[in-house]
Parts: sequence; structure tokens; C-alpha cells
Amino acid sequence: MVFNRREFLKTAATASAALALPALSSRAFAADPIKVGALYSQTGGLSVAEKLLANGVMMAVAEINAAGGVLGRPVEVVVEDGASDPKTFSEKASKLILKDKIPTVFGCHTSASRKAVLPIFERRGAMLFYQTHYEGFECSRNVVYSGAVPNQQLSNYIPWIVQKLGKKKFFIVGSNYVYPREMAKVSKKLIEAAGAKWVADEYLELGHSEWAVMVSKIKESGADVVLSNVVGDSIIAFYREFKNQGLSQEVLPICATVTSEIEIAAMGAEYAAGSYTSFPYFMSIDTPANKSFIDRFRTFVNDPKAVTYHSLEAAYFQVFLWKQAVEKSGDLSADAIRAGIRGQTYEAPGGKVTTDPDNLHCWLTPRIGQWQADGQSKVVNAYPAPIKPLPYSAYGETESNLFCTSNGLDAAKLKG
Amino acid sequence: MLDILFIGLSLGSILLLVALGLAITYGAMGVINMAHGEMVMIGAYVAVLSGIWLKASLLLAIPLAFVVTALLGLLIERVVVRRLYGRLLDTLLATWGIAILLQQAVRLEFGLSFFGIHVEGLGAGLQNVAVPSYLQGTFRLASADINAYRTFIIVVTAVLTLATWFILYRTAAGMQVRAIIRNPKMAAACGIDVKRVNAMTFAFGSGLAGVAGVMMSGFKTVFPDMGTTMVVDGFMVVVTGGVGSLFGTILSSGLLGEINALVAIGTNDILARAVVFGVVILVILVKPSGLFSFKGR
Repeated sequence: MVFNRREFLKTAATASAALALPALSSRAFAADPIKVGALYSQTGGLSVAEKLLANGVMMAVAEINAAGGVLGRPVEVVVEDGASDPKTFSEKASKLILKDKIPTVFGCHTSASRKAVLPIFERRGAMLFYQTHYEGFECSRNVVYSGAVPNQQLSNYIPWIVQKLGKKKFFIVGSNYVYPREMAKVSKKLIEAAGAKWVADEYLELGHSEWAVMVSKIKESGADVVLSNVVGDSIIAFYREFKNQGLSQEVLPICATVTSEIEIAAMGAEYAAGSYTSFPYFMSIDTPANKSFIDRFRTFVNDPKAVTYHSLEAAYFQVFLWKQAVEKSGDLSADAIRAGIRGQTYEAPGGKVTTDPDNLHCWLTPRIGQWQADGQSKVVNAYPAPIKPLPYSAYGETESNLFCTSNGLDAAKLKG
Repeated sequence: MLDILFIGLSLGSILLLVALGLAITYGAMGVINMAHGEMVMIGAYVAVLSGIWLKASLLLAIPLAFVVTALLGLLIERVVVRRLYGRLLDTLLATWGIAILLQQAVRLEFGLSFFGIHVEGLGAGLQNVAVPSYLQGTFRLASADINAYRTFIIVVTAVLTLATWFILYRTAAGMQVRAIIRNPKMAAACGIDVKRVNAMTFAFGSGLAGVAGVMMSGFKTVFPDMGTTMVVDGFMVVVTGGVGSLFGTILSSGLLGEINALVAIGTNDILARAVVFGVVILVILVKPSGLFSFKGR
């Protein structure tokens, strides 16, 4: 092997740079890394959505590390794959908490997986940060819920549909599991309170995508608005069939609680144009903070067409809430995080969020978006400020009569 | 009433679209092809990719998908299935393995982590295929609003079924296939090149699945798992109709489609699926070889 001078210099420079690199990084971070878990499905049917959420968490951690870490220590993410299976989720949660001794895990997407890991977090005293909007009806001292509960999606939505859109007859449709059924329960109360009525509530198997009969039923029912709690890829087949059977979003709009930028992109924007969704966050929110968030996310996942949506934003900002809680208590234990996170406020891409001191759910701003021909939403209604999360609103919980407090769930109220 | 019958017909034709390819491969070769659903998935991805790369419409994607999946089918037959003839359980397992390989390949975009290849339109995300505007919406027929896209599916299915019938019953190659269905050893003894005919049959069956995939992509989401559940529906039809009988496959898919639609209109979709499976179980209890099977020799 013959070296010429230029090549030798190049090699030497590379080698010395490589040698210097660990020294540089150890100067930046003198201490051991703080380990946190990220528990999402990397494989299986739910991986499409959950990989995006994992990306939200990873991006937040990368940004925190670039800005100096937490308590002067870098954050290291231990990624585990829940494989779209609740049983695997619970095994991997045990592994993270017991074997890796990690006190904080970001993760879970479905209620089924959250319910599967909950006993482990409660028994072993660890904290779960859960970002998905869900059906409420849960009060755990070991979970920080950064997604919306029904009152943050429906309490403005139903009255608005009745008053502003002038709709009186609701057809409620959903996938057949706990979230759509609980959402239907809350909606029915609100529909009746708003002076309208519901003509049917129908469910389709989870993941089912044959809508011919259901859409024809909607057509025959005499309903003037559809409230959709359908989830996953069934959504795409639903909106396509809706248009293909000649129903129009102007006459009979679909008002959804799950349909987000992701599903709109996957179905083709022309099928959703004119329909509505209620979420605390939309990609179209026109603030510099949100624009920067979208740009950074697209760079992070290396996809210039990537879309952001509610759960992704929540997956991202919950990491910062955790950081603030840790820095406030100066301790990594579950008890310290729980104490530190009460009332913690953060300026998220979609606006201000606050962790409720009572039930550890987040204060969020309900917004209603109408989908446009370009696949983005136009925010047609929004609360002026974040509202208090009430996970038991279906059972009569109000701001002055809390069921879930910092002492835990008051079960007596639930029965009454 | 007309619109309910139409929905039943459209459900039936989708079942037939998936079952047609299965019926001839299972009938002729006795191979339970668990990768059939993945052929449907790949057909759907051909529609996605031809839309992105060639700006081709859905109509052009149909022959493209047929060719791509038929070639893939030929490859699978040559490399794996050919070595396992007469070993029913082994082919079941092997094709199931191929199904998982194909799914993961799409999900990883041909092994993203190894080669770093990024194929636009392929990958773990949900995809969609643009449907030409004349196939969206409805048209009026005898005071009922008929769904244009579903009519299109029914027409395509009818054309494919006719083509299959023509090949099976009016060509020399079809006669060889029918001879193999009845008795492969006797057919071989009469000088039919069973291996070659089987390979062609498998390729043709796979091609039909690819076309089914293009049709599906117009109203369903395209994603790596989409084929898994379809294979069950396909076998349901084949077993009910009678193995090796084209006529039985057509009738049983129509029958199951109509039952599904009528029960779903009367009650709900979840019960309808249970009733359909109930009927299938009843049929195989009463007539174990299916409604329209041949008498074996």
C-alpha cells in the first residue's frame, strides 16, 4: 500500500477527529445519560400510526439533548416494540421498568394497550406518558394524559353542529370497541341537551372496510348529520364509499372525532372536503411555533410531505412536560415527577398546555376544523383558552364536582 | 330493493375477484396458496406506484398489475411451490412464510435498513389511488342510485370470469388444466406436461389476484397488511362452492354476498359476518365437498 502525502493528511485528520469526538461529547455531558422508554408498535397493524408517535418522542428528545439535556445529563431513549398486541405491550413495559430500571415511559396508542400496561406502572411505581385522545373513564396516579378526553372534543362540537350547522338528526357510527361506544354515550347526552336527537348508533368491526350497507343505511335513515367515531384504515373506505354512493358533505356532513391529517392524506383530500373534525391541534394552526414544528418534523423524518396531527403533537410536547417536571423536583422517581408535573405549563406547537393538578390530564383548547380541498383544515370554531379535562364527564363530572382528584378516584360519586 | 340486491351483487363480485385465482390454483394443483392475499396487496401497490411514476390511470394499472403479479407467481412456483407438490401442509406453511416475507419487504421498502432504498409510495404508511372522476359518484337506474365504482368492479369481475371460463373450456391449455384437476397422474400418463401447466396455472391465478388488488385500491386503503383477511374470505367461497368448480365458485360468491348484504341491512354488519360463516359451516357439514363439486374418480 502506497500512501501519498495528501491521502496521509486526510487519513490523519479523520482519525484525529474520530478520536476527539468522544472527548468532545463527554465534555458536553459530564454525567451518565437519563434513560427513558418509548413503547410503541414498530410492527403489526398499528405500526403505521405508532411509528409516527415514536418519531414525535424521539424528535423531542433529540431537541432536548441538542439544548443541553435534562439536569445537565443527556436523555437516552430505550425503544421497545409493542407489536400491535396488548400482551406484548405489557411484557415490554415490565422489561423497561424492572430490567432496565426506567421510571418514565412514553408510549401506548390504543386504550387496549394502555389498560394492559397500567397495572405494571401502578404496582412498580413508574410513570407513563400517554398522548392519544381517549374515552376518559380513567384516573391513575401513574399516567400523565396529554391527549384530549371526550369533554375536550365534544362539549363544544355537538352544540356547534346543532346551532351553527342547524342539524337536528344525528347518525352515530363507530368501530366496535370501547372508545367509539364511550364517545357515543357522551354524545347522546350532549345531543339531547342541545335539543336535537340521534336516529341510530351503529358499529363496524375494527379494521373492517366494507361500507356499502352502512352508507346505504345512513342514506335511508333520514339523518342530516353523521357523527363518526370510526378509527384506523376503516375511515378511508368510509369516506370514499360515502362519496361514491352520491352523498354530499354539504347536505349531510360527516363530523368526526378521530379523522386527522393522516387519514385525509391517505384517502385523497377530495373525499373529505367539507367534512369536520374536532381536535385540540390541527396542522393548519397558523403560528410561527407550529410552522417551525412542522418544518422540524419533516426534516427529522426526512419526508418533505409528512403531515403532523393531534396525537403526534401531544407525543412531542409531553416530553417537554416531563423535562420541566424533572427539573422542578430535581429527581427522576415517579413520585417526584408526579409532584413536579402538577400545574406544569408548556407552550406547545398548538398553543399553551397545562397539566391539571387534580387528574394529571392536560388542559387543551378545543377546536373544530373543516377539511378543505388541499387536505388541510380551516379552523371554524375554537375556545379562546384551554379548558379543564374532565375524564368522567359522561358520568356527570363537572368542574365544581370532580370525580378524579389528586387523592385518586372518588368511587362513591361514580355510583351516585 | 334493487339497491340492496345491487350491494349484495357488488359484495359477491369482490369475493369472486379474490376467490377466482384461489379456485383455479387450489383446484388444479391442490396448493393452498396463503400468499394469495399478498398478491392482491402487490396488485394494489402496482396501482399506487404506476399512478406516481407513470401518471397512469387505474385502467392502465389493471394489465400492469396482472403482468407483475403473474411473473411473481411464476417465480414463487418455480422456486418454492414446485418442490412441495403433494405435501399440502408444507405448501400451506411455505406460502404463509412467503406471505410474511412479501409483507415485511413492502413495509421495510425492500429492506430499508440494509440498502437504504426509498421507494416513493411504498412503505409502512397508508396509500391511496386516484379514481377517475367518471367512476366516482352514482348514476340512476330504474329509480335507484347505483354506485359507479361498484358497477365497474362488477363489470371487471364478469370480464375476468368470462376470460377464465374461455381459457378453461375453449382452449387446449384449459383442457389440460381440467384434466389435471380431475386426475393429475392420469393426465401425466397421457403426455401432459403437468409441471409446465401447473406453473402457468399458478401464474394466471396470481395475475387474477393482482387485478383484484387494483380494484380494491379504488375503495380501500392500500397498506402492507391488506391481503391477510382477504385470503380467508377467498377460501370461504372456494370451499363452499366446491373445489375445482368454476361454476360453484361463481354461485357461492354470489350467494354469500347476497346473504351478507341482506342480513347487514336487516340487522348490522357484525352479525352479518357471523351469519355468513354460519352458512359456510352448515354447507361443509351437509356437503363436505362443497355445493358443486365433481365426483372424483
